[in-house]
Amino acid sequence: MEIFLQQIINGLVQGSVYALVALGYTMVYGILGLINFAHGEVVMMGAMVSLSALSLMAGLPPLVSLPLSLLLAVAFCMLLGYGIERIAYRPLRHAPRLAPLITAIGVSIVLQNLAMLIWGRDYHSFPQLFANHAHRMAGAIINDIQLAIVVAAFLMMAGLMLVVHRTRLGRAMRAVAENQHAAQLMGVDVNRVVSVTFMMGSALAAVAGVMVSANYGLAHYYMGFLLGLKAFTAAVLGGIGNLRGAMLGGLLLGLIESLGAGYIGDITGGFMGSQYQDVFAFLVLIAVLIFRPSGLLGERLAERA
Amino acid sequence: MKLLELSGIGKRFGGLNALTDVSLHIGRGEIYGLIGPNGAGKTTLFNVITGLYQPDSGEFNFNGKRYRAAKPHVLAGAGIARTFQNIRLFANLTALENVMIGRHVRTRSGVMGSIMNSRAMRLEEKACRDKAGELLNLVGLKKPHQTLAKNLSYGEQRRLEIARALAMEPLLLALDEPAAGMNATETENLKELIEGIRNAGITVLLIEHDVKLIMGLCDRVAVLDYGRKIAEGVPDEVRNDPQVISAYLGVDGE
Amino acid sequence: MPNAHEAGIFKRQRRRILLAAILLVLPFAVDGILGRGWLRIVDFAMLYIMLALGLNIVVGYAGLLDLGYIAFFAVGAYCYALSASPHLALAFPQLFPDGVHLSFLIVLPAAALLAGGMGVLLGAPTLKLRGDYLAIVTLGFGEIIRIFMNNLNAPVNLTNGPQGISRIDPISIAGLSLNATQRIFGITLPSVHLYFYLFLCFAGLVVFVSQRLEKSRIGRAWMAIREDEIAASAMGINTRNLKLLAFAMGAASGGISGTLFAGFQGFVSPESFSLMESVMVLCMVVLGGMGHIYGVILGGLLLALLPELLRHSVLPMQQALFGKTIIDPESLRMLLFGIALILVMLYRPAGLWPSRVRRRELSSDERPDETA
Ligand SMILES: Nc1ncnc2c1ncn2[C@@H]1O[C@H](COP(=O)(O)OP(=O)(O)OP(=O)(O)O)[C@@H](O)[C@H]1O
Ligand SMILES: [Mg+2]
Repeated sequence: MEIFLQQIINGLVQGSVYALVALGYTMVYGILGLINFAHGEVVMMGAMVSLSALSLMAGLPPLVSLPLSLLLAVAFCMLLGYGIERIAYRPLRHAPRLAPLITAIGVSIVLQNLAMLIWGRDYHSFPQLFANHAHRMAGAIINDIQLAIVVAAFLMMAGLMLVVHRTRLGRAMRAVAENQHAAQLMGVDVNRVVSVTFMMGSALAAVAGVMVSANYGLAHYYMGFLLGLKAFTAAVLGGIGNLRGAMLGGLLLGLIESLGAGYIGDITGGFMGSQYQDVFAFLVLIAVLIFRPSGLLGERLAERA
Repeated sequence: MKLLELSGIGKRFGGLNALTDVSLHIGRGEIYGLIGPNGAGKTTLFNVITGLYQPDSGEFNFNGKRYRAAKPHVLAGAGIARTFQNIRLFANLTALENVMIGRHVRTRSGVMGSIMNSRAMRLEEKACRDKAGELLNLVGLKKPHQTLAKNLSYGEQRRLEIARALAMEPLLLALDEPAAGMNATETENLKELIEGIRNAGITVLLIEHDVKLIMGLCDRVAVLDYGRKIAEGVPDEVRNDPQVISAYLGVDGE
Repeated sequence: MPNAHEAGIFKRQRRRILLAAILLVLPFAVDGILGRGWLRIVDFAMLYIMLALGLNIVVGYAGLLDLGYIAFFAVGAYCYALSASPHLALAFPQLFPDGVHLSFLIVLPAAALLAGGMGVLLGAPTLKLRGDYLAIVTLGFGEIIRIFMNNLNAPVNLTNGPQGISRIDPISIAGLSLNATQRIFGITLPSVHLYFYLFLCFAGLVVFVSQRLEKSRIGRAWMAIREDEIAASAMGINTRNLKLLAFAMGAASGGISGTLFAGFQGFVSPESFSLMESVMVLCMVVLGGMGHIYGVILGGLLLALLPELLRHSVLPMQQALFGKTIIDPESLRMLLFGIALILVMLYRPAGLWPSRVRRRELSSDERPDETA
């Protein structure tokens, strides 16, 4: 029972991170109908930049350096997201679908290898800034960082929902997602909306990157790949293009993964162990695509013919 | 003799009823017109009978077979060919290749035959190429048949789409606004082409906004408005139907 | 007119003979001028070309983005590694005391079938959906295959984990081992030469099949799907089945290349099948010219030789300039690939060597508006 509760907690923490990253995929997909393959690398960049900033500000008190480095990472990633869209996607908005997919792969490779050139192949450890207290809850343990991750993730998601549903900008975003052409006719500046969407998604990604590296105490040039893949799976699970779906999908995937990894040994009679954890996301993805391609919350929309 | 019969077709998009309880039938050898204001649901009806959309209710009967939710390639094989309102040619392929692709359902060569370059395959390929060339001449494409589809003029692209559809040897040819963007002479040629097609025994279903063309060509006309069939009959009847007049000159002045 | 036609055929015939002659003496020329190490590199380049041609069927003809293509290469390679090495003696000592040593000619078709079958299993749920899903699913699949290769060494040692499987039997055909120098018709042929010719045969086969299919009803249907899937389905093309066919054929061809690879190298490990390899093969297709066989061959050749050129130029240059290695050639290479993918898609979407039709379209260069 304790193990079960512990896996639930771990799953929720991991799931909150997936949810934040999945939101980035889903927002871009909702607006442009495009899978932003490079999104995982933006997460990685956020983690790396914040780490570098932290080590530069090593002398400052953590209460100053942590928010500052987070802010820096967010700003950097927003610029990055803006740049990616301008360079790799916007010129191809009316090109055949294969084209932006390929440039997206290109961007993702460039970012990964740039990171490797700048930060090297080694794992970078995230400095311990605060005493990370562990709290006991009915036998399971949750520490300060994990608590902070869950709380921050939920706050950010709530904030995003407010922006999308309560502001002019949000209305413009929803209009463009509904029908780009019509929105343009109504005087919405589509390019601006798209840029802002990328920047918002990237800001969430930066925060997620910092969360992951704080949680595991590590960052690495390759960390974005698998994280991106899983977050995408989360978005599909929830129904790609649907914000609530991305959050639900993220949390669910986190839970599935951690429960799966916790019990796979028992299920397979010891044949497979937790090193197969990464396989679950993929199985979930395939299962969703077979049984409910529109995802849990997605509605089935016929492609316009 | 009915070729196509729709009964109670309905299609919704979210909260929008694009088609509501549409029933109609088209006889063999007819030219049947489908008109209505913008957004009336004409193209949606085409998409339903060609399998691109699944109807939410109702079913249709084509050439003696019942269909509800059939795949597009099945309906194409059964003998429904169409053109698209927003031209959908294979833009980076040549005009000839476009028409040859139209022959897909009426040809058989498979992987093995193609790799072995068997005699049957070569004969079929030659017949396919010849037929495609003939059809291009029939629709009056003057440019070289090797021209890429995307480098043709608007009118030529529309005619290429018709040739591609004819290559399928359909029983029913469904044309979605074929005259859109054509000038007067082109439209006149189109009219002759459609009459020729009908004389060759192919039933034609025609969406058009050009009232003169519809009135001059069609044996019968149906009018859609907000997804409902509001009138049907011979052109003169329909033209004078008060409901039709108000739909066209209606409240929002379409 | 008939004369001009005949002359055309004659010219093509002559060009073919010339090409064949060049390819036949190529290993001797490379060996003599550049050395045996380079011939080995050329052999590997041939394998890459084969891979690129296989992927070209999927991406170039049918327009499906497969980002885990190397997984099928891995399936082929491990297929041969397991069924032609002592390795399985570790896992099943009673059953196979000496391991398994099947003939290459048996494993090859089996590996092609297995890889093709996996392609179908993977493609069936995804191919009816939008193309982007296929990209992600194949990406994940590539990663999963690698996780399994890395971890299936316990509790039963199937793959030997990250260490990989070694002592794989060399390919031998009709009792003729390709790992030894052989004398055929009085000509002495060292092992690398023999492998070159073997790979040449298979690459030739893939080219032949691709060319025949490209100009057939099947090839046209693929291109229709690539151009406009909805219009293709309205033309009566069973898009799902044809996409599946392209995907399976590409996978099978990857499986064949993998088998050859395992026999040639005598050793396989998960490291050879990373995502970056998939990306590299994709780059070959995209850079060379999607859908154009010669372009793809050129792309394969360039990119397979590029790392060697970089190794021989970038390292010494950095040493000379800075006295140390600042940028390692591996990541420089990947960086260049990434940039090249973006630039090609933006400015030259038909690749370095587009097909004649594509070339014409580029030169005519009047873009009718696409906002219909
Ligand atoms: N895939 C779709 N998703 C959502 N709404 C759709 C879709 N296809 C059509 N509609 C809507 O259904 C209604 C009917 O559209 P349809 O294209 O059938 O009209 P139409 O009669 O062909 O008009 P037009 O003369 O402008 O071509 C319109 O309001 C349209 O916006
Ligand atoms: Mg319409």
